[in-house]
Amino acid sequence: MALIHLSSPHVSKANSTADVMRLVLIATLPGILAMTVFFGWGTLVQIALASVLALGFEAAILKLRKRPLGFFLKDGSALVTAVLLAVAIPPFSSWWVTATGIFFAIVIAKQLYGGLGNNPFNPAMVAYALLLVSFPVEMTRWTSPITQNGEGWQVAGLLETLQVIFGSVEATWYDSFTGATPLDVLKHRAGQTTEEIWRQSDVLINGVAAWYAVSAAWFMGGIFLLSRKIFTWHAPLSMLIALFLMASMFYGFDPDNYVSPVVHLGVGATMLGAFFIVTDPVSSATSNRGKVIYGAAIGVLIYIIRTWGNYPDAVAFSVLLLNLCAPFIDQYTQPRTYGHKRANRGMKGKS
Amino acid sequence: MSKVFAFHGGVHPPENKKQSSRAPIGKAPLPARLVLPMQQHIGGPADPLVKVGDRVLKGQLIAEPIGRISASIHAPTSGIVVDIAAYPIPHASGLSAECIVIEPDGEEQWVEHQGLGDYKALNRQELIEHIRRSGIAGMGGAGFPTDVKLHLSEDHIVNTLIINAAECEPYITADDMLMRERAHEVIGGIEVIAHLLRPSHILIGIEDNKPNAIHALQSALKHCDLNIDVIVVPTKYPSGGERQLIKLLTDIEVPSGRIPADIGIVCQNVGTTSAVYRAVHRGEPLISRIVTVTGDAVRHPQNLETLLGTPFSTLLEACDLRPEALARLVLGGPMMGVTVDNDRIPVIKTTNCLIAATEQEMPPAPPAQACIRCGMCEQACPADLLPQQLYWFSKGREFDKAKNHNLFDCIECGACAYVCPSNIPLVQYYRFAKSEIRTEEREQQKADHARERFEARQARLEREAAEKEAKRKARAAEAAKAQEQRKAQAEQPASEAPAASASPDIKQLKTAAAVARTKLKKAQKAYDEGAAASVDNLAELEAALNDARQKAEAAEQALSAGSPAPSGGGDDQLKQLKVAAAVARTKLKKAQDALKSAEDKGLDGIDKLRATVETLEQKASEAQQAFDAAQKTSAPAAVENAPQPEPNSPESGIDAKALKQQVSIMRTKLKKSQTALDSCEDAEEKARLEQEVADLKQRFDQATAAFEKAEQAQIEAAAKDGVDLKQLRIDAAMARAAVTKSERALSKAESDDERSTIEQDLVAAREKAETLNQTLSQYE
Repeated sequence: MALIHLSSPHVSKANSTADVMRLVLIATLPGILAMTVFFGWGTLVQIALASVLALGFEAAILKLRKRPLGFFLKDGSALVTAVLLAVAIPPFSSWWVTATGIFFAIVIAKQLYGGLGNNPFNPAMVAYALLLVSFPVEMTRWTSPITQNGEGWQVAGLLETLQVIFGSVEATWYDSFTGATPLDVLKHRAGQTTEEIWRQSDVLINGVAAWYAVSAAWFMGGIFLLSRKIFTWHAPLSMLIALFLMASMFYGFDPDNYVSPVVHLGVGATMLGAFFIVTDPVSSATSNRGKVIYGAAIGVLIYIIRTWGNYPDAVAFSVLLLNLCAPFIDQYTQPRTYGHKRANRGMKGKS
Repeated sequence: MSKVFAFHGGVHPPENKKQSSRAPIGKAPLPARLVLPMQQHIGGPADPLVKVGDRVLKGQLIAEPIGRISASIHAPTSGIVVDIAAYPIPHASGLSAECIVIEPDGEEQWVEHQGLGDYKALNRQELIEHIRRSGIAGMGGAGFPTDVKLHLSEDHIVNTLIINAAECEPYITADDMLMRERAHEVIGGIEVIAHLLRPSHILIGIEDNKPNAIHALQSALKHCDLNIDVIVVPTKYPSGGERQLIKLLTDIEVPSGRIPADIGIVCQNVGTTSAVYRAVHRGEPLISRIVTVTGDAVRHPQNLETLLGTPFSTLLEACDLRPEALARLVLGGPMMGVTVDNDRIPVIKTTNCLIAATEQEMPPAPPAQACIRCGMCEQACPADLLPQQLYWFSKGREFDKAKNHNLFDCIECGACAYVCPSNIPLVQYYRFAKSEIRTEEREQQKADHARERFEARQARLEREAAEKEAKRKARAAEAAKAQEQRKAQAEQPASEAPAASASPDIKQLKTAAAVARTKLKKAQKAYDEGAAASVDNLAELEAALNDARQKAEAAEQALSAGSPAPSGGGDDQLKQLKVAAAVARTKLKKAQDALKSAEDKGLDGIDKLRATVETLEQKASEAQQAFDAAQKTSAPAAVENAPQPEPNSPESGIDAKALKQQVSIMRTKLKKSQTALDSCEDAEEKARLEQEVADLKQRFDQATAAFEKAEQAQIEAAAKDGVDLKQLRIDAAMARAAVTKSERALSKAESDDERSTIEQDLVAAREKAETLNQTLSQYE
């Protein structure tokens, strides 16, 4: 009888990286649905475009790197990157904006660093930051939510949307379907107090509800992933708490000039970031304690950049900055091993 | 104390225990051959006591333990020993090791045995020794000799005895079935162990997936006087790990690198307690155990009471193996078991389970994907490690970092690899890293050892060389002493002898004296400079100067003492004395100058200087006296020597030469003495010196007369031998001139280096001159 020698364990849990990615994609569905409902077809078109491009770029670069195509394409990580970037950019962005972003995310930020698992930065956020810096006009032309467009589901039609994305339209067309985001309005308030601006701005009176709804949808997806143990609570919760505490503190001192914590949590990319960006395991800190620090630092940075920085939203920059810090955080946040009095710190501790 | 705590991590793999726990414990058939490895436990292998061809009885001791940590082995049945050789053993390495092979005769004839009866009446040591003789080793998997653990209460305080009945690995039901069917044996064994360890708590940790076993234990406990708690823990792999079970039951962590006994806990497996029971109450050594035979490739998975040494093939046949379906044969559980590559490997004391798995049941692992650091392994790790980091470090061969991340606290339970979505064989990476680190450490130790050995060897060689040198010196000194004695004896009758034999010592002394003089000069210079610059540490300098002076004097004294008194040696002594006197005078002069300049400048150290000058004056006069005294002794000697030798005899040549030298020396001394007399200020001294000069003059005249007489005789003698006495004389004169030249150069030399070089040259020149003089003297 000839049998093979194999190392233990001889059984393994029926899960795979592709399963993890699939669950993440499923968890984005409520958010995508909410965005489609409130902002129209643009989001779906962007996701489709980004996915095709991402798979194409991934395949091409895998071919160049002489890696097995099927094995790596099946892991689904390119799709996750594509979806996250597609929902982060304005729904009516031109195709070349998306293409540039996906190219940068997949080819530069991920594959050139060695592919899945080796990228130090979150690819979607690298691409987003690049686009925001390179094409500020396109990247700040957000679609107005339907709640601002009067009764019924008045959105740009699918054909119109395709035309906007792949062709060109009159500049005046944009005026009827795009507008400032609540964070824009709150940032560029021209000397008005928070209360005044809340009374005057249509974006805030009618539009903010849509943003809350979208955030709630992302939150639902996040809770789903948490329940499936795809990630732990540490990073998202600490990020949300840090942001909330920062906002509460300043709003508590000076409600005229600072925005309420509820708005900070409910608008912009806060929820998307907390549950789909900050939780990216590859580029984040790895131990539970490390994740708490990582998440909290992102929360604080988001508040700082939103309040005093030049950009209305700040998730991408905060995440990228903390991606840089993750290896360092890892060194100082080892858990205390069983049987040890205290955890090792840094690299030179006694083993 | 029945609270259950928690340990970090853990996984819930499919249990797969039902298949093998439906049927009661069966009995494995008697195989054609039993193969008994000599090492079925941790520690030293046992030593066979039987020979090929011996008939053994069931339960007979066939191999005895070697060393403290080892276990005896008994014949599992009666039969004939047919071979003692290397056979494949159940080990991860797949290697072979020494085994005793027994061919059973089927009679099952027991060796005479009986239980101990009232074991509590026995001495503890005797009881433990009985358990040791019964060959019991831990039956949970590691196989640590049980008697060693029973001794733990002697040097540790054992509070708690934990009976490990968790059996957390999937598939395995051996302990479960044992507890269900033989709970009284388990309890009986616990009583024996408790009697030996005297713990205050006894806890049985059992997973909640064994309700029947829990019930059986609780029923059996009704008849037990001991306070034993059956603690039901949630089913979670690896709750049966010793450290994890301790944490579960007591909330105490065993410190890293220590054993549970260090925190007052001893763990025993339920299987072991049953074996202890059988050994103590029935006198049966450990010759069989319960083995779970399971897996989809056997049609009738069940537990079998199996004789140790039974090949796996017998068990698989007994459970109706489907050979075509067998893909993987795992020894132990699916999480930590090892695969074996053939079915002739025997059951040993630690074999608790045999899984004949099909391809579907345990499919080959899919190719590993990239680690996305999802952290699932971290959540599963029961040792609170960061498996994802350890993986990176092991893969990147960053072993220092891996060690820093407590790689060696990894128990290789496989929970991380089990949950890894990327199917990375994490445990293999850790084993690799551990073995690499161990290899490195061994290499390092070897290198250190080699270095130490080399250094020790070097030290030994140096020591030996030093000893040799010391011995050689001692021998040389002895020889010199002997020679001196001989010389002294020779001198006694002859009253004089050639100084040649004493020359090495004198040479050395000369060099020493030269060095001392140089030092003195240096000290003097430093002192002078110090005095001129009026430095604070004048006193120190002076002390140094005095010290140097004393040394120089000592060296000169030694030299003069070492020089064989009159004749040729006396010449040297005289020279030295002369030099000493001259030096003393120079010093005196310098000191006087210094004093004068100091007086001019009105310095603080003036009193000291004055005292120094006085001392120097005294010394100068002493040196002069010594010189005069020496001269006095040598001059009469020359005078005495002169008439004695036979003019024509060759020996008389020496005297003639000495005479000549004495004459020339006399002349110079006389001159010097006169100069001294002129420079002398003290009236008393002057008178004395005048007297001496007169004396010297007289002696000089005598010496000259004696020399002339002797020379005449020499010339006549040399002419007879036909030696060119003139030429020799010229050579000798030239050598002497070289000496003088060197002496002059020395006096002119300024730098110390130059001076010492010249001094050496001078010594060499002197030697040459001496040699020539000696040659000359042979013919004179």
